[in-house]
Formats: sequence, C-alpha cells, structure tokens
Amino acid sequence: MSRLLQTPFLPSVSLPTKTRSSVTGFRVKPRIIPIQAKIREIFMPALSSTMTEGKIVSWVKSEGDKLNKGESVVVVESDKADMDVETFYDGYLAAIMVEEGGVAPVGSAIALLAETEDEIADAKAKASGGGGDSKAPPPASPPTATVVAPVAVEKKIAAPPVAIKAVAASAVHPASEGGKRIVASPYAKKLAKELNVELAGLVGSGPMGRIVAKDVEAVAAGGGVQAAVAVKEVVAVPGVELGSVVPFTTMQGAVSRNMVESLAVPTFRVGYTISTDALDALYKKIKSKGVTMTALLAKATALALAKHPVVNSSCRDGNSFVYNSSINVAVAVAIDGGLITPVLQNADKVDIYSLSRKWKELVDKARAKQLQPQEYNTGTFTLSNLGMFGVDRFDAILPPGTGAIMAVGASQPSVVATKDGRIGMKNQMQVNVTADHRVIYGADLAQFLQTLASIIEDPKDLTF
Amino acid sequence: MQSALSLSFSQASLPLANRTLCSSNAAPSTPRNLRFCGLRREAFCFSPSKQLTSCRFHIQSRRIEVSAAASSSAGNGAPSKSFDYDLIIIGAGVGGHGAALHAVEKGLKTAIIEGDVVGGTCVNRGCVPSKALLAVSGRMRELQNEHHMKAFGLQVSAAGYDRQGVADHASNLATKIRNNLTNSMKALGVDILTGFGAVLGPQKVKYGDNIITGKDIIIATGSVPFVPKGIEVDGKTVITSDHALKLESVPDWIAIVGSGYIGLEFSDVYTALGSEVTFIEALDQLMPGFDPEISKLAQRVLINTRKIDYHTGVFASKITPAKDGKPVLIELIDAKTKEPKDTLEVDAALIATGRAPFTNGLGLENINVTTQRGFIPVDERMRVIDGNGKLVPHLYCIGDANGKLMLAHAASAQGISVVEQVTGRDHVLNHLSIPAACFTHPEISMVGLTEPQAREKAEKEGFKVSIAKTSFKANTKALAENEGEGLAKMIYRPDNGEILGVHIFGLHAADLIHEASNAIALGTRIQDIKLAVHAHPTLSEVVDELFKAAKVDSPASVTAQSVKVTV
Repeated sequence: MSRLLQTPFLPSVSLPTKTRSSVTGFRVKPRIIPIQAKIREIFMPALSSTMTEGKIVSWVKSEGDKLNKGESVVVVESDKADMDVETFYDGYLAAIMVEEGGVAPVGSAIALLAETEDEIADAKAKASGGGGDSKAPPPASPPTATVVAPVAVEKKIAAPPVAIKAVAASAVHPASEGGKRIVASPYAKKLAKELNVELAGLVGSGPMGRIVAKDVEAVAAGGGVQAAVAVKEVVAVPGVELGSVVPFTTMQGAVSRNMVESLAVPTFRVGYTISTDALDALYKKIKSKGVTMTALLAKATALALAKHPVVNSSCRDGNSFVYNSSINVAVAVAIDGGLITPVLQNADKVDIYSLSRKWKELVDKARAKQLQPQEYNTGTFTLSNLGMFGVDRFDAILPPGTGAIMAVGASQPSVVATKDGRIGMKNQMQVNVTADHRVIYGADLAQFLQTLASIIEDPKDLTF
Repeated sequence: MQSALSLSFSQASLPLANRTLCSSNAAPSTPRNLRFCGLRREAFCFSPSKQLTSCRFHIQSRRIEVSAAASSSAGNGAPSKSFDYDLIIIGAGVGGHGAALHAVEKGLKTAIIEGDVVGGTCVNRGCVPSKALLAVSGRMRELQNEHHMKAFGLQVSAAGYDRQGVADHASNLATKIRNNLTNSMKALGVDILTGFGAVLGPQKVKYGDNIITGKDIIIATGSVPFVPKGIEVDGKTVITSDHALKLESVPDWIAIVGSGYIGLEFSDVYTALGSEVTFIEALDQLMPGFDPEISKLAQRVLINTRKIDYHTGVFASKITPAKDGKPVLIELIDAKTKEPKDTLEVDAALIATGRAPFTNGLGLENINVTTQRGFIPVDERMRVIDGNGKLVPHLYCIGDANGKLMLAHAASAQGISVVEQVTGRDHVLNHLSIPAACFTHPEISMVGLTEPQAREKAEKEGFKVSIAKTSFKANTKALAENEGEGLAKMIYRPDNGEILGVHIFGLHAADLIHEASNAIALGTRIQDIKLAVHAHPTLSEVVDELFKAAKVDSPASVTAQSVKVTV
C-alpha cells in the first residue's frame, strides 16, 4: 500500500523526460530537462535489483548546502544495505522532499538541486507546491509552483500534500497546527507510516484517547478503497467522474444476475433473539487456539442444520427439491470491490479447530482472489454476519440454488426479564433467516432456530 | 550457572589441603548469604600457574557443600599478628566475591561486609534476574514469529504468557543463585559480616557497632541506578531496573530513558511481552558506545522491526508518575539548546540512564579521599588516591565504585588483580581484554576498541588498522537455526597480527566473544590463533572465519601452541 500511495511522487515519470532507466546503479543521475532546466531532481536510486523503494536514513547535506559533483548527499537504506548516494552535478541542495525516515519508491524525486543560489527559492516553491510533479516549467520564470503542466493540475490537488504530510507527521511526531499534540503509540506510528495514514485527524481508542495500532488499521481498512481510488486517479483516470457511467466489473455483473434471479423465488423471513453469554465465554476461552467467531457460528449452524435437513435443502426447478447430502456453510465476505462466499464444507463434521484454520485459509485465498470454484459455489446454506460493524439486525437476499440464508446481527448487552421475575443483563444477538417458502415453511424455520438457540446458549457441543 | 559455581568451589577449596587450621575465629556474626556471578573463570587468565595445580582437586571437591561444616572452620587463613584479618572487603557483590574467593585461595584470612543482601546488584537486581526475563522473551519472540516457525515447518498456536509466572522465574533464579553463594562462602570459611561498612582510618573498618582491623581493605560497594534530576520514581509507573526486574506489570506503552545495555535488554523483554516502547536517548544516535557499524545493524534488527520508536538528542527533563487517572508525563528538551521539544504521555517509564556509584557513608573523609562524581579515584592497580593525589596505603577500590568499567566481571577481575598484588605478585589488569555483552535477541558482544577508537589510536601511534568481517549468513549452524542475521567484525593490526577489538552481533554472540577476549588477554596473535581448529558445524566458526579472513604480514610463531599442552 505504501508504495501505491507514494505514487504522488511518481507522476514526473510520465512527463516528458529523458531515459528513466538512467536511475539504476549506485549513483543518482538527476535527469536533465530538455529545456535546460537549472533545477534538477534527485531521485531515489535503485541500489539493488530487488529494491522497489528506499528509506532515507539521513541527509548528509542540508537545504542550502553547496554540492560538488561526486559528493555524498544522502544515505539510503534499501532492502539490503545502507548506501551513500552521490550527486552527478554541482549545485545547491535546494529542497528536501522526503525527510529522514521517509520512504520513497525507486525513481521518485527525493530532493531538488538548484544550479545557482538564486534558484533555491524557486526550487523550494516548486517542492512545496507540487511534490515531484512540476518539472516542466521553463527555468526562467520564478513562480514555478503555479505554472504547472496542464496534465498535472488535477492530479496534484488531492494526493501529494496528503502523502507529504503523512510522512512528516509520523517521522517527527510534532505538535499539530492547533498546538494539540498527536498522541499515538510507537506501533501505531509505524503502521501509519507504512499504511500512509494521516494521524492528525484520527480519534484514538486507546487509554486517554491515544491512537493505537488498531485505530490506524481501521482507517487503513476503511480508507483502503478511497486510497485506491486516489491512486488510480493519479495514475490514469483524471478525477472522480461524478455522474459518469461505469460498466460493471465481472464480479459486479455476476452479483447483479444472481440478485435478479433471486426475485423468482418466493421468500419469507423469521427472526430470533439468541443469548450469547455462553458462546462469548467459550470464544474467549478458545480464541487463543485460533478459533474465530465465524467458525463458531458456522459450526453451530451446521449442527442445527443436521437436525433439520429441510432447511439445508434446495429447490431448483419448482417441481422437486433435494435434501443435500452434505452441510456446506457458505459465509459472505466483503472483499475489495465485491462480495464472495467461501464455503466451509461439511461444517457439521469438521472439528472447530480445523474449521477455523480452514476459514483462515479461505479468507486469505479470497483476498488474493485465488479461490477455486468449488470453494465458493458449493454452499447449501449461507451465513451473513454484519455484527462486527455494530449492525443489530438486517435481512439478506436468498442466493439462488440454496434454501435459506441467515443474517446475523451484533451481540449486544441487553436488559432482560429473567424467569424468576428479576431484571438481568444478557448479551443477545438477533438472527434473521430468509428462506424459500416453496420447500421450507414457517414451522421448519422456527424449529431450526430453536435448535440453533439451544446450541448457542449451551455451546459445549461445538468443541466436541 | 550451576556448573560455574562448582568450578569456583573446587578452585577456592584448594588451600584446605595444606593450610593451618584456625577455628578460634569462627564466624563472629551469622553468615547469612552469599553472592556469585559466574565470573570466576575469569580468574584463570590472570593466574595461570595456579590453575594447573588446582585441576587435580577438581572432581573430588566438586561436592564441597557436603563437607561444609568441616571446611568452614578450616578454609580461611590465619591472620597476620596485629590485624583481625588479612583482607577486609566492603561489599559482597560480584567484585567482592571474586576477590574473597581468590583471597582464600591465596591463604588470606578474609572478611566480607555486606549491608544489604549478598550477591549485590548482579545477582539480585541485575544480570541474573534479567537473564531469566530475557530467556522468556527470547522464547516468546520465537513462538510469536509465525514466519520463522513456518520456515521450520512448525505449527504453533498463539503463544501466551502468565506475567506472574515470568516474574517468579526471575525471582526464583535470583534466590537460587544467592543461596548457592551463601552456602559456598560458608563452605570456604569467609567471614560474612552484616552491617554497613565504613572506613574509620588506615586499615580500620567499622560495621554496625563493631570495629575491625585488616592488613588490606578493598572497597567494593558497587552502584545504584542513576536517576537524573527532574525524574520522580514511584516504583510503579516510573521505575528503574530494580523495579522492572520484578515485572510487576507489563504496560501497553513504556518509555525507556537511555538506550544502553540496560535499556536495550528491557526493550527486548517488553516488546516480546507485548508492550510498545519509546526510547529517549540524549545522544544523537541510539546505542552509543557500540561500534557504529554494529549499532546500525542492531538498530535495523532490534529497533526498526519491532514496536519501538525513539527520540534522540533529547533529555527527559521532567517525568511525573501516573496518578489520578493521568498517564505518565514526560517532558523532553533538546539536549543541546535545552529548549522544550515535546511531551509524551505513556503508561510507564523505565529510567535506564546508567548507574551511580554507591559510596556515600563510607567514611572516606577519615582518610582524606574525595570522590569524583561519587566515584572513588584509583590508579591502574585499583589503589585509592586521596585528595592530595597520593596513594592511600592498603586501600583499594574495585568495581562500579571506581567507575573504570562498570561490569560485574570487570569488578571481579579487578578484585582478583588486587589480591594478586597484596599477595606479592604485581598485576595490572588489561581492561581492553574484558568482554561485554548485551543479551538481546540476537545478542551483541564486544571486546577491545571500536573501529573509530582504533583508528584514532592508530593515527596517534602510527600503525595501520585493518578490518575483517564475517556474516552469520555464511554459517551452517546459524542457518540451521534460521538465524542468519548477524555480523562479526575484527579490528586488527596487519603488521603484527594484534587483535584490537572484536564486535559480534548475532546468535549467541555473548558466548562467542571469549575466543577473542582470551586472545587479547593472553596476547595471542591472529596468525597463531587462525591455525586453531573449530568443530563443524558450530557458531564458533563465525569467529574462526574472522581470524582466517584477516591478512597479517607476520608469519605464525611455531611455539605458541605447545606450552600449555601438558595439562
């Protein structure tokens, strides 16, 4: 991700330049701008064949220093070693664009080199204005920052400042503008830098409002899409085209077809509230063995399905239906730009630990888009859980070819009246099953849910 | 530990065989406890002639505890006519212990005075319990490293730990070692006197209400954690190593002030147990004092990849413990300009800014000795220098209290050196031959000069310096352990093959350094030691490679090896 987000430094590559390949080797070769520019860029060199990005260990020179050809300017850390990087030109180090500790992709500009002292100011303006973008303007005009190649204008507006700010914030941990300090744990700061998350605007969930690692991860996960869009924007598409028509991707097309198809099935819904105190306690106990809540729910559902085979059946032609021979629980997972349902096969028979491992493997594969067809289209019953987002109830659309799908809400502490007439506190979650009424009737679902509730409320069977 | 212990017994018990008995002055006070630090082996280097003979007694005296009663009345030598003791040692830490054992071996009637617990910092609040914590952290780190485990084909489910269990391991170890020491000292018949010792005058010492005289006196009172002013230590959220070793809590976020040995080791422990760490270092660079190349690599492995960040070039000018729901507040100022730079809010702060000599109340004014920043001034033979620059007769100071080299084994070596001198053999300890180690994962170790130091010396004295380096990546054993990360570096003189310094960062570096430190201590040259054979495959080949990589102009001296073959 950090590489992608660093691309604001990259656009210069796409601008009229000479050979890009000249950047390889141990020395930085500032490229010469055709119109004999006097402000040159210093690039992140490729110090090894496997290097994709480099970290600035230290600037040997500081802004304003005079540089002589062959002198060390900066120490760069690659995946292999630290190396001194020299300049090929005489001049002045006008502006440092990537601070110490910052990371930049190979080939991106990390500093500007001015030929004369007079041009330092120009270069500085250039650096602060446009990151690595602006390099086309004729050297004579002082307000370089404002004169930018037209192509670059749109790109610049959003992305470059973000990246630069993020680097600064994480490297120095400074007081932010309002004089309000950013309090973030060391790992949160490290992650923020890696994931290119801006700490300044973040609300921390740690002690005393401290920003901790999971806050950064949450932002990175949530903002992942945004970031990806931003990157695309810079690289190819100029700007978000609001109001434009976007064709479906393959996945979106498949989802669309399925959804329309589902309208041909007469469905109905039955809800149930289940106490989860016992399940939560069990989860806490075996979490350390790698068991996930998803696996527990899938297991419980599968055990309930085993007692109510009709809920695990499917009707395809409207004339007959099949009692499915195995209980394959599909679980909906949101992945980049879509939705997929990896399947836990024979969930009633596989033990909870293997099931959890299997689940982890499936999710990893799904993220890497490497699921085999039988790993996502053999489900006989589907689980959809939005509880982790705090959703307390919702209903799901029945995927064609299956008999039922269960929507699982968040487990929340609720005040309940207990049998002995007292008021108590219990963790409860709401589940809502959507089923094909051609084969599954209200009583079937009611009994299934009753069984499921008893399993979840007394979950000892889950770990047999 | 254990085996080292029995070794030292066997050695020290040697005099039992041919020494006059003197049961009349059996222990005037109840000997309570003892100390020890596995340093005794150092002694071998300094008195080789003695070693050879002692070997014969080795096996039969290994179980010396059994016959403790008999030997306690026998071991300690007879005092000289006009003194209660031949040697009085103030402070039963590592330095005092090393001196006492060697003194008994040399036939001196010896007393050791301890005002706190025997064992001193090392056994109770230093090397020993910290190694217990580091043993845990090393395993945790390994078990948590999924990638590492996978590379072995191992599957481990989420590793966890019980804080109290870890803490108990450390305190149990300290207790065990302390008890072993107590018994061993009793067995040797060293008089352990309880109370705070102070010098009353020449050859006269007071402890509690008692006054005793000794022909020679060694001050070995050690040090305490140094806490800079402005820092308020409450022992709960703002702590020193003394508290941290009890591991009463594992904070989510702990700031460690100082990135030397102590700070680094604790960062290893805390991050393995799940804490995040912020280093605060006054100098411009982390890990000052290490060879720059080593510290750079160490930073890459021990700092950058872990949940650690750092502020360098800053002082913690004020640290307030957490109270009333507020976190620990740390105010940072620029180390040079003294301007306020930043404020940190953390869950805990560990003060690891070094150690201060513990020399108050020693009665130094009675003999006209003025301390320098608390340290007792000594010459190269550890003889105490008074306010007029003159030597104080019969008074020595060893260990942290003189500040020459604040390491447990250095104190012990200094103590042994002093005993050599008072028993008629002049001896000057070569401090450049004393190794040092930092027990992070992987470990760092060093002996002699760093590269910049060596280059400076070379310039001054006009000789050439060469560097040899080897990597753990090329070592079979390291690769088998999947621990190829590491570097060994030797700084030497190409003209005569003298080893100036060796620095190792990598798996078991602390154990590997001794080949080099022994070579320096014994004056062995590279052209000779490079012919020595190392078992394959072992980590020691990393050092072997280092010797072999060196390019020395002088030829090997043929006789070097043959001398010690007789044993």
